[in-house]
Amino acid sequence: MGAVQNFFDHYNYIATIVLMVAGLYIVIARGNMIKKLIGLMLFQTSVYLLYIAPGKIIGGTPPVLDPNFTVYSNPLPHVLILTAIVVGVATIALGLAIVSRIHEAYGTIEEDEIFAREEQE
Amino acid sequence: MSAITAQLPGLQVVVPLLGAIIAAFMRRGTLAWAWATLITAFTPIIAFALLFQVWSNGPISYHMGGWPPPIGIEYRVDLLNAFVLVLVSLVSTIMMPYARRSVAHEIDGDKQAWFYAMYLLCLAGLLGIAITGDAFNAFVFLEISSLSTYVMIAMGRDRRALVASYQYLILGTIGATFYVIGVGLLYLVTGSLNFADIAARLGEASAAFPRPVLAGLAFLFVGISLKLALFPLHLWLPNAYAYAPSFATAFLAATATKVAVYLFLRIAFSIYGVALDLKALPVSTVLYPLSIAAMFIASILAVYEQNLKRMLAYSSVAQIGYITLGIALMNQAGLTGGIVHLFNHALIKGALFLALGAVMYRAGTVKLDDLGGIGRTMPLTFAAFVLAGMSLMGVPGTAGFISKYYLIVGALDAGKWPVAFLIVASSLIALLYIGRAVEVAYFRPVSQAVAHAKDPPLMMLVPMLALTFASVYFGIDTELSAGVASRIAELLIGGLK
Repeated sequence: MGAVQNFFDHYNYIATIVLMVAGLYIVIARGNMIKKLIGLMLFQTSVYLLYIAPGKIIGGTPPVLDPNFTVYSNPLPHVLILTAIVVGVATIALGLAIVSRIHEAYGTIEEDEIFAREEQE
Repeated sequence: MSAITAQLPGLQVVVPLLGAIIAAFMRRGTLAWAWATLITAFTPIIAFALLFQVWSNGPISYHMGGWPPPIGIEYRVDLLNAFVLVLVSLVSTIMMPYARRSVAHEIDGDKQAWFYAMYLLCLAGLLGIAITGDAFNAFVFLEISSLSTYVMIAMGRDRRALVASYQYLILGTIGATFYVIGVGLLYLVTGSLNFADIAARLGEASAAFPRPVLAGLAFLFVGISLKLALFPLHLWLPNAYAYAPSFATAFLAATATKVAVYLFLRIAFSIYGVALDLKALPVSTVLYPLSIAAMFIASILAVYEQNLKRMLAYSSVAQIGYITLGIALMNQAGLTGGIVHLFNHALIKGALFLALGAVMYRAGTVKLDDLGGIGRTMPLTFAAFVLAGMSLMGVPGTAGFISKYYLIVGALDAGKWPVAFLIVASSLIALLYIGRAVEVAYFRPVSQAVAHAKDPPLMMLVPMLALTFASVYFGIDTELSAGVASRIAELLIGGLK
């Protein structure tokens, strides 16, 4: 019973960790540069969850002052993650731009093929 | 006047940030260069003003937008920040005159303005990391500097620059994300993002939640180590430095990793060190073997490297090993050695990479085998290379010697004489790889590629010689380098619990 209770108490963290590890695994295991970027995106997204989930307080309302409510959710994580999302979008956009340039230059986006070509040079 | 003085910490970041946006609208490369030079020249003035203020009056706290900390973002300048700000802004300013010819030679005309925009953005990001007192703000600046760095690297002429940039993007983003995870864990247990505020609350939080606090340290450690290229997380660095445009390489080698080291010091000493017993945390235990491995393995890789830019890149990884070794020692002399090497290495590597940039400009290659006799066709450039190289090895009378002297004293103070021996032994490997370049440059017949090469124009020569002079000068007059570094080490160690 204790283990089940523990699982449901922390399930948002468990979801975070699963996403995090899955994303990181894709980055390491895949040779296709676009797929790597997708993994990277998943990895970054897991961090959004890490920040936002604890900001929500059960029974808390949005942080607008009102005499009828006393418990408010924490708005700061949302704001932080809004910034992190912008950073993430910029990173992925730049990554995709570089990959498309790599495709122009090498004719492939598979890492092992690119390294094989560099070996020959 | 005093109204401006009060705004100096904000201006330190805002000036290059806005300068970058304006540079992006320019079309002509030369105009953008002049603009970037002007903007860059403002930054050391501000940095020195801050250093003098801090030196005489103590830390400055600047509230961004008038919001007091811990709610608002605080820019907090103490001696360590001010020192890093002076280093970054001063080295960039010295390098700027060099940029015009080198960038015009290596980057297409219509892209030069973009390059300078990215350079200014990167400078703003680096200065921002160094000045901010807010953990999340530091992440944002970290990403500003990183994203602009990826672009600068991808602008290299060789198509391998694209792959190097991509690999750095992947590893750099993983590093930055690890840093945010670490900050997130600290935020969860302390409810604050302000460095000083986290430090004040961390002791209590650690008693209640010891595991997230330790996990946070691990994430921050790994994330920043990726950024500072601590061995074995350095894999992005050699290719990125080798294929980036010459000016970008020199700029990044002198500044980017140094700012990451600063962030590491801040987290380790000003947050964890203040709240918990830093010596009981597994920081030194991990740093020792990795630093020593970096000193040896990266140096040996440098000896076998044919491309001189890659050789110096591996040497950078090795030199970062010395800096982190100084941090790992955690005593007065060791930490002084680490911090003073941060300063000296920036000057030395700046000078060396500028010299190679000049070789690239005149000979069009930095492959060792093509450069036979270059010491005779480009005498001043290679004299600079040799002098800075001697400083890198740590020959007495040069800046590099001062760093190693403090590190060795630190190792002996810590009772670790084998470490002191290893510092000397690894310096001898530097003799091998610099010596190999010297052998090719002076004792081989003049090869075809360099037959018509001559020393670069004055505007490239002066910054190179200035940095070379500095890397020797600070071996004789150590007031600004070791003097300030030892005061910083005293403050950091004095602040430890």
